[in-house]
Amino acid sequence: MTNFGNNNSSIKTILAEKGLDSNGKYLRKQLDKICTNDVEKALSAPVGTYNFNKLLALISPAAEDYLEQMAQLAHQLTIQRFGPTIRLYAPLYLSNYCSNSCCYCGFNKDNKSERTRLTIDQALAEADIIASEGFRDILLVSSEDRQFISVDYLVELAGKLRGKFASISIEIYQLSCDEYARLFKAGIEGVTLYQETYDREAYRYYHPSGPKSDYDNRLRTPENIASAGMREVGLGVLLGLTDWRVEALALAEHAHYLIKRYWQSHVSFSFPRLRPAPEVGSSQFKHLLCDKNLVQMITALRLCFADAGLVLSTRERAQLRDHLVKLGITKFSAGSKTNPGGYSGRCKATEQFEIDDNRNPAQVAAMIRQQGFEPVWKDWDIAFIK
Amino acid sequence: MSKLIIAGREFHSRLLIGTGKFASCELMAEAIERSGTEIVTVALRRVDIENENDDILSAIDRNHYLLLPNTSGARDADEAVRLAKLARAATGINWLKLEVTPDPYYLLPDPVETLKAAEILVKDNFVVLPYINADPILAKKLEDAGTATVMPLASPIGSNQGLKTRAALEIIIEQANVPVVVDAGLGLPSHAADAMEIGADAVLVNTAIATAADPPEMAEAFKLAVEAGRMAFESGMPSISKRASASSPLTGFLRET
Repeated sequence: MTNFGNNNSSIKTILAEKGLDSNGKYLRKQLDKICTNDVEKALSAPVGTYNFNKLLALISPAAEDYLEQMAQLAHQLTIQRFGPTIRLYAPLYLSNYCSNSCCYCGFNKDNKSERTRLTIDQALAEADIIASEGFRDILLVSSEDRQFISVDYLVELAGKLRGKFASISIEIYQLSCDEYARLFKAGIEGVTLYQETYDREAYRYYHPSGPKSDYDNRLRTPENIASAGMREVGLGVLLGLTDWRVEALALAEHAHYLIKRYWQSHVSFSFPRLRPAPEVGSSQFKHLLCDKNLVQMITALRLCFADAGLVLSTRERAQLRDHLVKLGITKFSAGSKTNPGGYSGRCKATEQFEIDDNRNPAQVAAMIRQQGFEPVWKDWDIAFIK
Repeated sequence: MSKLIIAGREFHSRLLIGTGKFASCELMAEAIERSGTEIVTVALRRVDIENENDDILSAIDRNHYLLLPNTSGARDADEAVRLAKLARAATGINWLKLEVTPDPYYLLPDPVETLKAAEILVKDNFVVLPYINADPILAKKLEDAGTATVMPLASPIGSNQGLKTRAALEIIIEQANVPVVVDAGLGLPSHAADAMEIGADAVLVNTAIATAADPPEMAEAFKLAVEAGRMAFESGMPSISKRASASSPLTGFLRET
């Protein structure tokens, strides 16, 4: 029978066929063979559309000499699609009790961290502080603390946040499609769920125990999110665990797969670089990404996905964030606290990671304006969801 | 130049302006003023419609401009209708630019859900201006449903490609009994003039103005282009032929005698 492409293949099969679920030795060789001609061809291809070979060329070592050109194209395309605007959001950490032991994370259950979980009232008090800073877009974050930060808890909290926030999304442990659908009905419109790494071996190494240690279950979850009707599906890899170039290719394949099948959900990418965290030194990571390669990855993905949201957190230092405003990023967090209770300062819980841009939201908004961009606090309306 | 009449209301300007993608509200306000527009559309998702101090809303003087809320972001008829009703309850404005765009990438309008929402909203006394693909049958069905205009796209929104749907637009214009407002994809003043020359009643422009290096200057350029295109249309367009017609090779002899 003629094979008209792999439209029926699962993402698991697609990644395996392309060698993207391993350390990518074969792809490394391909990347090293990319020459300037290949990069120039990729740069002259229609901007904003994805194909594997184009991205391969744009993230190759050879493309490092074309960063200015990539940046210019990414900037122009982003301005055309989004205008000179940057959307702002703030994370609200709900719990740092965790049943996983991810090696890179300050919430690792084996760490001697100070643990806190917020009651609904405590969470609302934190949310009030976030709202008072001008935010209308909030991201609820929790470690894997299913007993306390349950779906019921999130439904109740979302119901109480609806009056204050125009957009509520979550970055928590994996749920089933039915659970995501319940949250959507409660007013939560987006879910961020990083694969962390697409390399199976590395995944096993960095996630030795707990529910999150199942690679395939993690890989399937974005489909549950989209099937449940969520408007925004956030993808990402934790940059620093393995070779970023191979990870970028896997990430793009995953996004492309979701966009083709779940055409009503909008995909966004985040670029979390590993940061020092309590009991986690950065020296143990061999693949940390330099600024130059971070810019290469951001601009390469923009040139392949014209309309994807590109998200940057306060993990990055202020000076770099200032420059990235013009390189394709569409969404910034600001004034973030990465420990539960961090906004009110009432709890002394351990942070998930250290933040590097300590400016308050007003200062970040002023910086965005200084660059000729409009800081956008609201770009959604809770009224969309019944 | 004749006046544009939508739902019984007269407008001197045939240029409608969108408010997305501007670098600041000040620039947006200046561009709106220079464009000479009288109708300004705002996405309900972007503004706090109940809040008079909202940055965008407070930059638009409602004594000078008709504020036209739009339902951008709505995925189906239910969402669009709900949003429209909330906006009307908060502001008293019953004009609505109906947008139902389930695909978050090209933001193409859903014909089925748009028609469904238009039928509900017209019955509920809204003045409905629906954003549609350049589909002549859909345009007629919407007109039958009682919409105040039809707003077919010239090319995908934000793409600046000009009149890619020209053939279908010409049919819509020929058949319409309501004003045809060409919306989306007009990237240059010449595109806007082009739309007006083929007989569009008005155009709506946003990205091309908002993302220009000098938005107010570009807004005025569009104003002039829309006026030029309309004046040309009203003055009687010359017919276009592929050949020069210098003489009458077959019948010239009749004049020689």
